[in-house]
Amino acid sequence: MSLDAPLDLLKLNLDEKIYVKLRGARELSGILQAFDSHCNIVLSDAIETKYELVDGELKSTERNSEMLFVRGDSVTLITTEE
Amino acid sequence: MLFFSFFKTLVDQEVTVELKNDIELKGTLKSVDQFLNLKLDNISCNDTDKYPHLSSVRNMFIRGSTVRYVYLQKNMVDTNLLQDAARREAMSEKK
Repeated sequence: MSLDAPLDLLKLNLDEKIYVKLRGARELSGILQAFDSHCNIVLSDAIETKYELVDGELKSTERNSEMLFVRGDSVTLITTEE
Repeated sequence: MLFFSFFKTLVDQEVTVELKNDIELKGTLKSVDQFLNLKLDNISCNDTDKYPHLSSVRNMFIRGSTVRYVYLQKNMVDTNLLQDAARREAMSEKK
């Protein structure tokens, strides 16, 4: 198995927990189920954390979903947990 | 092509779509195309207070590029099949 292309690393993380950073101060962590060259992603057991400024204070809200499709154009970064 | 096929398997199931402008729509997925444009039927909008203009809308076409998330149920997806399909897609895209 060759690992020259950047996205090849993602192949190793199928069925593993990954961390995804998105546009609009959002993060996700979950188990990677599928991806393609556009960085479209399907995560299972996903936790979304959204950061907002409310009256000058940073507030984060979490949301769980058992299966989540993420459109690739919102994705900015993907890494493994820890 | 992977996610086009993936969404085709979800046709006639109930999904929740979150758009990039934070609008959330729940409805039955009626069709999908290669751009991941979606057609939804029997729509209910989760917060009609915020978007009253959507309360009377029953079906709509959603341009794929405006989608942020699609929330699914676990039982709609065969994860083993999906992971294998993703591996195969990653192989086939390499020239």
